[in-house]
Amino acid sequence: MWIVQLAWKNLWRNANRTMITMAAIFFAVLLSILMSSLKTGIFDNLIKDMVGYYSGYIQVHQAGYWEEQLLDNCFEENSEIQRKIRSHSQVREISPRLESFALASTGELSKGCLVLGINPVQEQSITHLSEKIVKGRYLSSNDLGILVSEGLLKRLKSYVGDTLVLFGQGYHGSTAAGKYPIQGVIQLGSPELNDKTIVMPLALTQDLYSATNMITSYVLSLQDTDDLMAIQSSLEKKLGKAYEVMTWQEMMPDIKQHIETDSANMKYVQAFLYLLISFGIFGTLLIMMAERRYELGMLVAIGMKKSKLSLLLLFESLFTVIVACILGILASIPVVYYLHKYPIRIYGEGAKAYERFGFEAVFPTSTDYHHFVNQGIAVLLIGLILSMYPVIKIIHLNPVDSMKK
Amino acid sequence: MDNTVIDAHNISKIYNKDNIPVYAVNNVHLHVEKGEFTALVGPSGSGKTTLLNLIGGLDLPDEGNITINGKDITQMSPSELIDFRLKNIGFVFQSFNLIPVLTAKENVEFIMQLQGIELKKREQRIYALFEQIGLSDKLDSRPSQLSGGQQQRVAVARALASKPKFILADEPTANLDTQSANNLLDIMYKLNQEEHMTFLFSTHDQRVIDRAKRVITLVDGRIVSDTAKQNLPA
Ligand SMILES: Nc1ncnc2c1ncn2[C@@H]1O[C@H](COP(=O)(O)OP(=O)(O)O)[C@@H](O)[C@H]1O
Ligand SMILES: [Mg+2]
Repeated sequence: MWIVQLAWKNLWRNANRTMITMAAIFFAVLLSILMSSLKTGIFDNLIKDMVGYYSGYIQVHQAGYWEEQLLDNCFEENSEIQRKIRSHSQVREISPRLESFALASTGELSKGCLVLGINPVQEQSITHLSEKIVKGRYLSSNDLGILVSEGLLKRLKSYVGDTLVLFGQGYHGSTAAGKYPIQGVIQLGSPELNDKTIVMPLALTQDLYSATNMITSYVLSLQDTDDLMAIQSSLEKKLGKAYEVMTWQEMMPDIKQHIETDSANMKYVQAFLYLLISFGIFGTLLIMMAERRYELGMLVAIGMKKSKLSLLLLFESLFTVIVACILGILASIPVVYYLHKYPIRIYGEGAKAYERFGFEAVFPTSTDYHHFVNQGIAVLLIGLILSMYPVIKIIHLNPVDSMKK
Repeated sequence: MDNTVIDAHNISKIYNKDNIPVYAVNNVHLHVEKGEFTALVGPSGSGKTTLLNLIGGLDLPDEGNITINGKDITQMSPSELIDFRLKNIGFVFQSFNLIPVLTAKENVEFIMQLQGIELKKREQRIYALFEQIGLSDKLDSRPSQLSGGQQQRVAVARALASKPKFILADEPTANLDTQSANNLLDIMYKLNQEEHMTFLFSTHDQRVIDRAKRVITLVDGRIVSDTAKQNLPA
């Protein structure tokens, strides 16, 4: 107990140094938590935009569809295959889609668009599409209206209640054409999708393309998205060669690539930050040990065991590191939550750069507790390892040499 | 009963200076008995500090043996030596004896905490010791608030607190003015007379030499004279 008391007193023998060390560790923890939570938050957001609201984590198509995304590569919806997919324990819900292209026209303006035929009820349990409605109302299965993405609506200079004409090529070379009232507007996170998407009820879409009962894909919602590969391979086995099972990473390799590069870059920044803290802590330890050289030699000379002296110095540095880490974590909590609720948003040129890649220029933080714990532990470990320096010095301390002037 | 506390046999300490061996301590025999009040004198560089470090178990001789209270300290492991010092030897250094963040009282208490002495006994002993060194009013002062002489007196109290077999003091008055030096010597002398505490101190200060009962003179690491005052003609 008296060792702890002495450690405490020693900490304040040079209060400025202790405060500066603690401040450095404090900001390092704060910064690395923020960085780590931003990194994950940004990627989660990206995946949510692209994967959550559009592709889903896993899709099932007729074999070869992804290579050649033609309406002619669609397949007939049947309960047998649905049953097989649903029988996988990780599959929570599946939703059929018929996806194709069309020209949307108001009479004055025509734009190419992506037509997404969905089952409004099942889709809801996967992509929560109704949450993306900014005007008008969401679809129900028998509706004859359509949802238009915000960007496309703007490009067509149209409003809810207006009617759009869709032209395209139907199943097996037939002509597809139809008139549809705009029943709602959706805002999609991905700027690319937001500029070209039309969503309509599956039956209506099948009607447009003369593809009765046909779909291009099943979009799957899963219990747990951590091990997609395992789910993919077991589904492949169940469904056989006539179907392909694809993960979002396979369907959108650029996003996967982007996340991987950014993650790697982030790791370098983080490593640099850790290096900086390490040098900071080590520097103060170095000075502290040099200043107390005589005194430490004197303590060993009068009979203080090296184990006790090491413990004393360990308490001193651990106290500094642990308290600063805890304060850093505590301070980061409100910051992270604030930036989660009110994410950083980039405007202007910077934003355009992101949007070119199909990402929203919004950077929310992730509030996953792992960021706090992991970064806290990382800095703590650095502190622990560096705290070994005084201990090593003590082990090699020779009182006669230390007390030499 | 054997009263020997220090018995050094043929001890030498050799340093290499520019690859030439230098005998800091050269073939020294030293025998100290309980109750002695002995000064180690000699010019600067004569080996006083080196010899005291060897006797105190802070350094090991290159040749010879040192027996303290019947135990050969040259055979001990480094950690055994630390423990041996704690239990058997009191140290007073030339300066900076005290831990700056602790009060005078806490500095003296510290060595007893190292020894694992319980609180009640520590307290009793502390008050008695501060009485003896005449600093009962300075218990709660930090070293920086004490004069050099007062700091040295606290260092003596600390050395004494561990109930050692003897106290080694390397030039304890070197940084003190005459009055403080006298005062410190008075206290050491009184402890020697009243408690039979054995002191071995180095000095080149004539005031201190005059107070010693036995004077050992070192030159170039060798003992050149060893005189007991009682035996000298008046
Ligand atoms: N660590 C060392 N390395 C080399 N020479 C040393 C060392 N310590 C002491 N010496 C030498 O040993 C001799 C005795 O030194 P010391 O015991 O300090 O003398 P004193 O205390 O009487 O002034 C001196 O010549 C000194 O230079
Ligand atoms: Mg000396």
